[in-house]
Amino acid sequence: MSEQKIDGFELKPGFKGMASDTGSDQTMFKGVHWGKAMMWIFLLSDTFVFSCFLISYMKGRGSTIVDWPNTSEVFSLYVGGVPVPLLLIAIMTFVLITSSGTMALAVKYGYEKNRKMCGWLILATAVGGLTFVGMQVFEWSKLIHEGVRPWGNPFGASQFGSFFFMITGFHGFHVSIGVIFLFIYTYKVFAGHYESKKRGWFTKMKGDYVEIEILGLYWHFVDLVWVFIFAFFYLW
Amino acid sequence: MSDEYDNNKSYQAQSSEVMDGSAGSANPDIDYVRPAEVGEQDLYHGHSFIEKWVFCQDAKVIGVQYFLTAVFTGIVGLILSWLMRLQLGFPELAGFMTAEHYYQFVTMHGMIMVVYFLTALFLGGFGNYLIPLMVGARDMVFPYVNMLSFWMFFVAVAVLMASFFVPGGPTGAGWTLYPPQTILEGTPGSGMGILLMLISLSLFVIGFTMGGLNYMITILQARTRGMTLMRMPLTVWGIFTATVLAMLAFPALLVSAIMMTLDKVLQTSFFMPTILKAGEVLEYGGGSPILFQHLFWFFGHPEVYIVALPAFGIVSDLISVHARKNIFGYRMMVWAIVGIGGLSFFVWAHHMYVSGMNPWFGFFFATTTLIIAVPTAMKVYNWILTLWRGNIRINTVMLWCLGFIVTFVNGGITGIFLGNVSVDVPLSDTYFVIAHFHMVMGIAPLMVIMGAVYHWFPLVAGKMLHEGLGKWHFWITFLGAYSIYFPMHYLGFIGVPRRYFEMYDSPYMTSAVGMNEFISIAAFIVGAAQFILVFNIIKTLKTGKKAEQNPWKANSLEWYTSTVPPEHGNFGERLPVVHRWPYDFSVPGAKDDFIPQTTAPSEVIHTEVEKT
Repeated sequence: MSEQKIDGFELKPGFKGMASDTGSDQTMFKGVHWGKAMMWIFLLSDTFVFSCFLISYMKGRGSTIVDWPNTSEVFSLYVGGVPVPLLLIAIMTFVLITSSGTMALAVKYGYEKNRKMCGWLILATAVGGLTFVGMQVFEWSKLIHEGVRPWGNPFGASQFGSFFFMITGFHGFHVSIGVIFLFIYTYKVFAGHYESKKRGWFTKMKGDYVEIEILGLYWHFVDLVWVFIFAFFYLW
Repeated sequence: MSDEYDNNKSYQAQSSEVMDGSAGSANPDIDYVRPAEVGEQDLYHGHSFIEKWVFCQDAKVIGVQYFLTAVFTGIVGLILSWLMRLQLGFPELAGFMTAEHYYQFVTMHGMIMVVYFLTALFLGGFGNYLIPLMVGARDMVFPYVNMLSFWMFFVAVAVLMASFFVPGGPTGAGWTLYPPQTILEGTPGSGMGILLMLISLSLFVIGFTMGGLNYMITILQARTRGMTLMRMPLTVWGIFTATVLAMLAFPALLVSAIMMTLDKVLQTSFFMPTILKAGEVLEYGGGSPILFQHLFWFFGHPEVYIVALPAFGIVSDLISVHARKNIFGYRMMVWAIVGIGGLSFFVWAHHMYVSGMNPWFGFFFATTTLIIAVPTAMKVYNWILTLWRGNIRINTVMLWCLGFIVTFVNGGITGIFLGNVSVDVPLSDTYFVIAHFHMVMGIAPLMVIMGAVYHWFPLVAGKMLHEGLGKWHFWITFLGAYSIYFPMHYLGFIGVPRRYFEMYDSPYMTSAVGMNEFISIAAFIVGAAQFILVFNIIKTLKTGKKAEQNPWKANSLEWYTSTVPPEHGNFGERLPVVHRWPYDFSVPGAKDDFIPQTTAPSEVIHTEVEKT
């Protein structure tokens, strides 16, 4: 990448390069697709959303007067009568991280114009995401069955349920949106819209495989946020 | 200056970065500008009336849509302020108004003016219209998302207005919506009102995020050839920095709105402590009301600068054009905008001095707050030094700019009072605060909006607004605004508390009553004077003088479009190529007193232009 030349503009490495890119005309991020830059900035903004949620959670958990539920008990599954802590969460996390892997491969095959492989891998990612959401539904219904509600629970501080449902719900919402778009892009890739330069349904714009990478950025971000939620809710 | 200036070097009026590109060739062409990096933008032109004027993807139409919607909400906010002043000045005439009504009006006035009027007007209105034109782009980079942004805002406004008509009326918790009282029974609008408010705010944030991404990427990635960041008009810098602030501050508002909605709907206790009501313990318990205040003001303080920074930027351009002088200390102005933006994230708790906090915490926030005075003062000095020995045209636009400087200094100085904990605590709940923030973030940005309307109306509509009416509008507004807010400082000093429906049997009943009547009359007059502008616009659209291209003799790209008003695509067949900053006014040796940004260095080779 460092060899890249943009018509009479030399890309220099390091801080100097950053300064000269910033000081140049036309673009600040040389050779970066508009949509890709947009997604990065959106993700920065979204990071602030999740940070606000998690900081509120820390504050809420730190200032309750009632004890916080013992998470390794609450989140355990019974396998043959033996409680296994974090079992479901481990599987969920595994599935989500795996889907990140298939997404990355889809981006690679997309840039190689390998339409079939790209399509199958996006489909695999979508299925992984759907599985994750399904397992989350299972976890929610299990907790609700045990009496955990947003306004209270039998295990301890009522804020446990409030924060848990709100933050995992908000994350699950992100995953669901991602899954919907993954299915849409599976269709677009299999139908060959990028090869035929077919215009989008809504935006009326021509697409490119860079859209797969932009979707991938979003998907990796959703995974990364899950790692934090995992650490803050299940391990703390 | 001209004596030391080396004439031989004057044609290096290009940025050194641009020169870099041609350094390899033996005979550097002084007019050389690097070829385009990005291909022509694929634009979707509307075909039907609906696609051209309703669900339109042209940023200019979206800007006008934002502007008109925001002005509509602003007029609602104005009427609410009239009702409040009627109660405060002449309670005997306001028999129809209960205390509940009054609190609802206070709340809706505040929220409408700050979020739905000023923010939407500056970023949605001026941002959409001016950014693509000023940076030399054909449109925003994601026109479809931009269209969605406006309609999201429109729905947010509709939901907000709907709250006037639900049972219980709109929320009356004060624009800060502090829990726990916001969602408890007894507060006006604690049922549907607050719910609609929170939904509306969430929609606004979502809509704004769509617009904000557009503004940022258009400025960062879609400038025309030769347009470096340091050649952008300060308007663009102001809007850009404000957008960055909004992208990072609105998340806190969204999160607090979601959490409070859950507190309201699902009886969670994020913000709700254990509450005794009439001897009965409510369902709530264990939450932190202070957490809401932190989240709210982490949004709320940057919000002040989201309104102020575009105003700073716009007024710099207006002053420079109408004083026929380059802006004094352009780079300093840019860094001051960026610095104010950065600092604004570290001062939020100065709104919470009276909430109670660790004294060291207060000390920290007082220090950061006062540090903001440094870049702001730099800006004020630079505006004044831009005027200094300028060839000033005292037209309506310039009057609004001068009015802005004076008002902003006034409001800023009372801000220094309030930034100190020990001064803030006794003044915090009085009219002094009302006077302060109305001066600094109400009247001052409003003056800039008015100036900007008179300045850019010829571009948008192709006709010149009537100057005489404009001057009447200015003088009534300016003198009237001071009649409203100057006495309020005094009311604050004698301790009249704000947000009170009436003064009951307190000593203020006698000492403040005359002043309150005076303020109210002034408020009625100033409010009515705003309709001079409405009249002026309607009259001008019907019978106004046709504007020539570039009537103010400005340099920036929006005046050099292929048609006036600009069509979709802005610049005709070829995008302009930029060779200089937009502030080359009264350049010694030049033919005219302005050199447009598109003028090549070889055309003005014997002039003493600034190297930009």
